[in-house]
Amino acid sequence: MDKINLTIDNKPVQVDSGTSILKAAEQVGIKIPTLCYLHLEDLNIENKPGGCRICVVEVQGRRNLAPSCATVCMEGMVVRTNTVRVMNARRTVMELILSDHPSDCLVCAKSGKCDLQKTAQDLGIREVHYKGEQSHYKEDRSPSIIRDMDKCILCRRCEMMCNEFQTVGALSGVNRGFDAVVAPAFEQDLVKSTCTFCGQCVAVCPTGALTEVDHTDNIIRALANPKKTVIVQTAPAVRAALGEEFGMEPGTLVTGKLVTALKQLGFDYVFDTDFAADLTIMEEGTELLTRLTSYLNGNKEVPLPILTSCCPAWVNFFEEYYPEMEDIPSTARSPQQMFGAIAKTYFANKIGVDRKELVVTSIMPCLAKKFECQREEFKTDGNPDVDFSLSTRELAALIKQSNIDFLSLPDSDFDAPMGESTGAAVIFGTTGGVIEAAVRTAYEVYTGKPLQKIDFEELRGMEGIRHATIDFNGLPINIGIAHGLGNARKLLDSIKAGTCNFHAIEIMACPGGCIGGGGQPLHHGQSSVIMARQRAIYQEDANKPIRKSHENPYITKLYEEFLGKPLSEKSHHLLHTHYFNRSKVKVVIPKSKS
Amino acid sequence: MTKVKTLADLKKLREDLQEKIRLRESGEHPESLVQVKVAMATCGIASGAKDVMTFFMEELEKRGIDAVVTQTGCMGYCYAEPTVEITLPGQSPLVFGFVNSRKADEIIEKYIKKGELVDGIIPVTYQSINDNQKEG
Amino acid sequence: MVTQKMNIMVCGGTGCKSSNSELIVTELRRELQENGLADEVQVVQTGCFGFCEKGPVVKILPDNTFYVTVTPEDAHEIIAEHIIKGRKVHRLLFKDPVTEEYINDSKGMNFYKKQLRIALRNCGFINPENIDEAIARDGYAALAKCLTEYTPAEVVDIIKKSGLRGRGGGGFPTGLKWEITAKVKADQKYVICNADEGDPGAFMDRSILEGDPHSVIEAMAINGYCTGSNKGLVYIRAEYPLAIERLKIAINQAHESGLLGKDILGTGFDFDIELRYGAGAFVCGEETALIHSMEGKRGEPTFKPPFPSEEGYLGKPSNVNNVETYANISPIILKGSDWFSSIGTEKSKGTKVFALAGNVNNVGLVEVPMGTTLREVIFEIGGGIRNGKKFKAVQTGGPSGGCLTVKHLDLPIDYDNLIASGSMMGSGGMIVVDEDTCMVSLAKFYLDFTVEESCGKCSPCRIGNKRMSEILETITKGKGTPEDLDRLRNLGEVIKDTSLCGLGQTSPNPVLSTMANFMNEYEAHVIDHKCPAGKCRDLMTYRIEAENCVGCTACARVCPVSAISGERKEVHTIDTSICIKCGACMEKCKFNAVFVS
Repeated sequence: MDKINLTIDNKPVQVDSGTSILKAAEQVGIKIPTLCYLHLEDLNIENKPGGCRICVVEVQGRRNLAPSCATVCMEGMVVRTNTVRVMNARRTVMELILSDHPSDCLVCAKSGKCDLQKTAQDLGIREVHYKGEQSHYKEDRSPSIIRDMDKCILCRRCEMMCNEFQTVGALSGVNRGFDAVVAPAFEQDLVKSTCTFCGQCVAVCPTGALTEVDHTDNIIRALANPKKTVIVQTAPAVRAALGEEFGMEPGTLVTGKLVTALKQLGFDYVFDTDFAADLTIMEEGTELLTRLTSYLNGNKEVPLPILTSCCPAWVNFFEEYYPEMEDIPSTARSPQQMFGAIAKTYFANKIGVDRKELVVTSIMPCLAKKFECQREEFKTDGNPDVDFSLSTRELAALIKQSNIDFLSLPDSDFDAPMGESTGAAVIFGTTGGVIEAAVRTAYEVYTGKPLQKIDFEELRGMEGIRHATIDFNGLPINIGIAHGLGNARKLLDSIKAGTCNFHAIEIMACPGGCIGGGGQPLHHGQSSVIMARQRAIYQEDANKPIRKSHENPYITKLYEEFLGKPLSEKSHHLLHTHYFNRSKVKVVIPKSKS
Repeated sequence: MTKVKTLADLKKLREDLQEKIRLRESGEHPESLVQVKVAMATCGIASGAKDVMTFFMEELEKRGIDAVVTQTGCMGYCYAEPTVEITLPGQSPLVFGFVNSRKADEIIEKYIKKGELVDGIIPVTYQSINDNQKEG
Repeated sequence: MVTQKMNIMVCGGTGCKSSNSELIVTELRRELQENGLADEVQVVQTGCFGFCEKGPVVKILPDNTFYVTVTPEDAHEIIAEHIIKGRKVHRLLFKDPVTEEYINDSKGMNFYKKQLRIALRNCGFINPENIDEAIARDGYAALAKCLTEYTPAEVVDIIKKSGLRGRGGGGFPTGLKWEITAKVKADQKYVICNADEGDPGAFMDRSILEGDPHSVIEAMAINGYCTGSNKGLVYIRAEYPLAIERLKIAINQAHESGLLGKDILGTGFDFDIELRYGAGAFVCGEETALIHSMEGKRGEPTFKPPFPSEEGYLGKPSNVNNVETYANISPIILKGSDWFSSIGTEKSKGTKVFALAGNVNNVGLVEVPMGTTLREVIFEIGGGIRNGKKFKAVQTGGPSGGCLTVKHLDLPIDYDNLIASGSMMGSGGMIVVDEDTCMVSLAKFYLDFTVEESCGKCSPCRIGNKRMSEILETITKGKGTPEDLDRLRNLGEVIKDTSLCGLGQTSPNPVLSTMANFMNEYEAHVIDHKCPAGKCRDLMTYRIEAENCVGCTACARVCPVSAISGERKEVHTIDTSICIKCGACMEKCKFNAVFVS
């Protein structure tokens, strides 16, 4: 690649051609402030609309200031990032942005984690000289996400995630000039849009414009209620990220502290969603093998590939965009819902508590789980299997509010019986993990032989779409993996077009899978954070004594005591679901007047 | 519509069509053309100015002379109708009286083609017709 | 064939058409029919003559008689008098506002004398709905010449040498743009015509498309030949129905004649043109926003580079030029780059069409050589200021331009001079204002347009312009402070310096240029709380001069808020705390007793 030489603030820099001034400046230790810019390098996600104009710099010979994020370095360029002209422009632009932003930082959900607040502080803004009308929009509350567009600064990150990465198309710029805002079509509420509640808009929002619906207060009240038995399940990806909220290095596993914290908070039983993940493998894996065997026996009608169904945003996505393909995904419920169903039947019965007095809560890296747990099909007589779903961020807030010093907590173990899990369940938290877990079990069940090597490296990674062929004792099984709904769409389109030869496909909506979920601690554009969480997940798996779901003794016991066998009638009733056509967008092609 | 298939087609078509708007173009640069103004007031028309004008138009075209033939109002020489004002490029206008087709033929052949004066010039303190037509 | 004696040209541009010019055509034809003259005299509905001030315009050829504000009822007299008897209809002739003389020959009109019509060469001269008339005027001859005599590179070279610069506002060298598009390798390229004319008051592009659509079609095909593209797209405002209709007719006729489509003139060159409609957003005149709009996306600009010449419509190299730029191409090919570059100034060649408007006598479209002075345009072509008022300023370049003053009147108009004076060429809007105009209000008027038309993508334009407008509002309300002027200037400079696209980079121009040239007016507003032009309502007080008041009560009766009191035959007074400054009393008073200050 060609090398380009330039100087930035009198420092000589050599960069590859095509490098932006912003990245070139980083090479020589100059950190130009940005606001709308977002680049998750390893995930191929980039937002550089050049809209905020905070990162402007002076380029010798140019009439106007140039946005450093979007301006490519040229040979001999002379760049100044901190002249009076630049600093005045940058501060003025920031003051303008602040002049149309509420100044309620003290009570804002994003306070302390807000990119706008931080940048304004870094720029030394002490007064806003330009005051005037402020934008006001009605607040939009969905089951998962709150949109408070008064706080929107039009960075368009959410729009990029929603349209380019997820291809969901729920959010886009509407109106113009001062009235411009990011909103669903016709400024309808999110629930009326194509939104899948994946929460990636929230994950990248630099301000408090997009936040999750906060259920911490419901939890505090439930815990304080002596009549209620409150149990909690924690998803695998939470333990690999929660520490970040307390200043720990990304990728620090905090499973033991997490359990201790939950116990100190007063949960009666602290369980693990991983238990339900193992259960999912039993059901989904069996479903895969059933479909596959049927296919191999000559039934060409059987729907293949089978698609995983653990991810609620993904389920929302295909219900919205591919309702005609509803027989392709596995009917298995997600681990959160399997857990809830078992907790409010088997476990409630075991401890002699009526399901109405049992409060099942979940700690999830996800915002779509909030939407999922209130779906009608997951309720019995109006009582939901999972009452409240909290994000990793909300749990951190709850721990802080309860005066628990997380960093100094000792480790504890999950409670039995629904706290026991295998390494296969842990890796549900990353892209490729669900299918690897399924393969570990399906291989042994299908071939009747123990696996020589448990790690399927060929299924791991961060590529948006991956595929591998696993040898099932002479039978090649083609596996596809996609994370990000845009990537999922590509695979679905290939299924539709009949050009897909996969037997099974794993799909997760978020970048990197649940580790990059919409409910996780904010990554602030650092993809290294997500990579570190992934390493932690595989490390937890490697450390587990049992690493195959079908070897989880409590799962075996559950089938013996309660369910019978996978895909039994009881399983169908409690652990499987059916899908609905949620398609809201209909393309109407007007008849031509002729 | 004529299909234009080659460059030659286009050139041919353009030549044919230019004839149609020649009249308009002649108004663009009259000073570079022979200007013929026929007085077409009641008196002129009564004396046969219309035929004279048609004669000029047809004959000038036939004889390949680039000219602009227009009509004007009464020149004030009603006794000498039909009257015609001829302006050769770069020269002062001349007015001819009692013009019929024979006279017109002579004007074309002698004055317009060769610049030779012919009988019938009305020697006056003559200004161009339109200069006289100011608000009065 | 009967020899044609006369042609009656009737303006069929949008302006004259809306004043019933179509009925004039019908009536003229009927009269000719009745008099047996239909074969000898042809009535032609043309494009715009440019003299919109006095439309509908009817011109008789070849004697160049120019009739103004003609009505259908005048048809009879025109035929009976002018055509049959040869007597001009005196009352319909144009009367020069300065000399008060009636003009017999349009060549004698000051409005046309100083003009040099290249882009508008056929407007008002041909029937735009008949390809034959265009061909007769050398239509498609330049395309034919390019296809048969020149290589694409040679054509690009001619355009480069001509010095033609983009007429849409930016003034980018056209030949260079063509060269860049030609050099990029791609399986598909596009030729795009920007007909999203958005400057308020500017209508040269519309007039060209209405009056001479073939000139644009031909130039797009020439560009296709140069850049290696066989697909043309015209992005045109849906608010231009007549231009759309005429363009459609022209494209169809060009197709039927074989001058568009496959294997044009047997040279193997294919070219086609489609229309795309814009919904009238000013920002979509910016080329990247225009392309997004064509792609069905939100009409917002993106950062350049990449330029459309490299990555444009659907990611393919696209040459975007505006209508007027294209209209200059064929004459350059036919007459040569030397001819074109001999017109104009050192760095701005050829002519520019301006839409002259405001407090000037002759409102209309004028095409003058670059380097013509503002004085010539305003006082000679434009016939000076209306109602004998004094010239105060001229806003060039539409809402993105700036206000120039008396001291700029002898400035030769070209791209660089205008920018150096704090304004710009823009698409050629030219709005003249007289001494009665409040410059603060004028700046606010233009700024409010950009506030309205900003796409909202970048913060300085979205919020900054709004804040500037709010400050101006405060000032015109008499509540401004000297600090507001500092704020205004800093905002203006930062918005220019940091905005994403041309819209934001130029939107503060009206404010900054009026601040530079009329600071005294700003200061009068914020220090003395007075509006020198007496236009800012909140800064006015109405009072009744006791000496003149006879107590007729007329003012009290007309006052909508009962702010005036006084007995009959006694002096009246205005309660300024109630007065809403509507001015009704002043209008009503017959004794000049009501004053405003």
